[in-house]
Amino acid sequence: MIPLSHIIIFSLIIFTIGMVGALSRRNVFIVLMSIELMLNAVNIALIGVSSAMGNLIGQVLAIFIITVAAGEAAVGLAIVVALYRNRLTVNVDAINLLKW
Amino acid sequence: MNVTVPMPNLSLVVPEILMVILACGLLLVDLFIPKDRKRVVGYIALAGVVVVGVVTAAFWGKMAQPATTFSGTFVLDRFALFFKEVFLFTTGITILISLKYLEIEKVSLGEYYALMLFCTLGMMIMVSGADLIVIYLGIETMALSVYVLAGFMKFDHKCTEAALKYFLLGVFISGILLYGITLIYAATGSTQLAQVAAVIKEKGLAKNPLLVLAMFMLAAGLGLEIAMAPFHFWAPDVYEGAPTPITAFISVAPKAAAFAALVRIFYHGIQLLEPQWQILLWIICAVTMTIGNVTALMQQNVKRMLAYSSVAHAGYILLGVLAANQVGVQGIAFYFFAYAFMNMGAFGLVIYLRRENIVGDDIDDFKGLAQTHPLLAVIMVVFLLSLAGIPPTAGFVGKFLLFAAAIKAGFYWLVALAALNSVVALFYYFRIAKAMYMQSPEPLPQLSPGRGLVLALVVVGVFTLFFGIYPQPLMSLAKDTAHTFMMFLS
Repeated sequence: MIPLSHIIIFSLIIFTIGMVGALSRRNVFIVLMSIELMLNAVNIALIGVSSAMGNLIGQVLAIFIITVAAGEAAVGLAIVVALYRNRLTVNVDAINLLKW
Repeated sequence: MNVTVPMPNLSLVVPEILMVILACGLLLVDLFIPKDRKRVVGYIALAGVVVVGVVTAAFWGKMAQPATTFSGTFVLDRFALFFKEVFLFTTGITILISLKYLEIEKVSLGEYYALMLFCTLGMMIMVSGADLIVIYLGIETMALSVYVLAGFMKFDHKCTEAALKYFLLGVFISGILLYGITLIYAATGSTQLAQVAAVIKEKGLAKNPLLVLAMFMLAAGLGLEIAMAPFHFWAPDVYEGAPTPITAFISVAPKAAAFAALVRIFYHGIQLLEPQWQILLWIICAVTMTIGNVTALMQQNVKRMLAYSSVAHAGYILLGVLAANQVGVQGIAFYFFAYAFMNMGAFGLVIYLRRENIVGDDIDDFKGLAQTHPLLAVIMVVFLLSLAGIPPTAGFVGKFLLFAAAIKAGFYWLVALAALNSVVALFYYFRIAKAMYMQSPEPLPQLSPGRGLVLALVVVGVFTLFFGIYPQPLMSLAKDTAHTFMMFLS
């Protein structure tokens, strides 16, 4: 039996890696992957807490998150494709028509 | 573990069910309508929204007491009903102002209306969520539809860029929101607001650092849609790039939904953390108002200016949340209707100014409008007066309620700051009025009126004035809303 605190710390580390990646990487795909990492860190924490608490709410939410993440990926990639057709780039820094 | 699933009381979710049927039905009907007549899909959507609006309104009398279903995860009370009407009204007006605009932009597609209805559905679920899971699902249903709508003109460079920016920030923040939900679950063992509140009270968790962190994360997650500082950076970019009807929609409906969810979570879920969230919201409120108004001063683009003004309005509405009293909730409810009237109107005017190759969102495009289109200029001045909060307009009454609530709760400094901000706001709103009345018009191609757009402008214009002069009907509805909502609290 792994103690809950270990699971939470593990998930926090993954969450932080995802967050730093999402904020610092310049390629849209890597940003998207980092965000997926954040969501999966949440799932790990939820399932850990759920088994420690002995109720199912966390697992229910984790399944919902997986579903929503799939939807998000679909919409996100569609937007990236549309943008790539217009601008021929997926670099976040080059996407700068709108500012101030 | 033996799990029994009780049959939910479906009569409370009739508006949502109708909305799902309508949206899915539209996608089907869309297949049978020829490409050049997609406007028909819009008419069907509009009729459907009116029907759902009437059905929702029919619940009002029965909901003096809140009722829950789906094992207490879905609540229907007057607060939820009131906000659902705000969303449906906004959606209806948005459809009206979209009809012609989409044809001009050559993106008149049936999916547009279906997506808009799915978005409305998400918001309706969100305000009825009595469980953090339901609120999260509502947010995502809304957000995923809005991301697509924001990038609907897929050959427009600015538009796709706006969609990407909105999407990346939205998904990033939803990760943070989820971690907040997880922390609340870890600390209390439940995600249902009523149970969370009960556990916090029972175990004395009001100063638990985990819950305080969760509170920050939830505020951040909802703060994005609200566009409150420091999560307002997306707003001007997305507002400028997105199709103008969608800009109008985003500036009102998702903001209202996020506010409703914020109020429900903070008042019904973690109300014992009030000392902590009061400090947090106090700072956010002050910063949001000031940043919004000061940055709006420097804008040349009317859509960007209205974006910053909407950030400022989020600040004013936060006054009502902070006050945490009945007048505050009443003010929030009233203000959102008023805000829907005036903001939809102002953006409607920008759509009206759409000309060949010109988006019509530069302040110079308003030059001399009083000479060429006097009526249009007058109606714009009404919206500007209302946005600035000057009587006799609905915006004034709303602002008055919010300020009164904050004074009642003892936030004198904040109200003073808000009043100062309102003065600053006058300056940039009246730059538009100045361009319309004091400058001479340039020879310009035809404007683009449409029957739907004119109807929408007349409706919101009349409402702005009517509820400014005679606010009683809306005021008493808002009062009932606040009354049942706060009763549930104690």
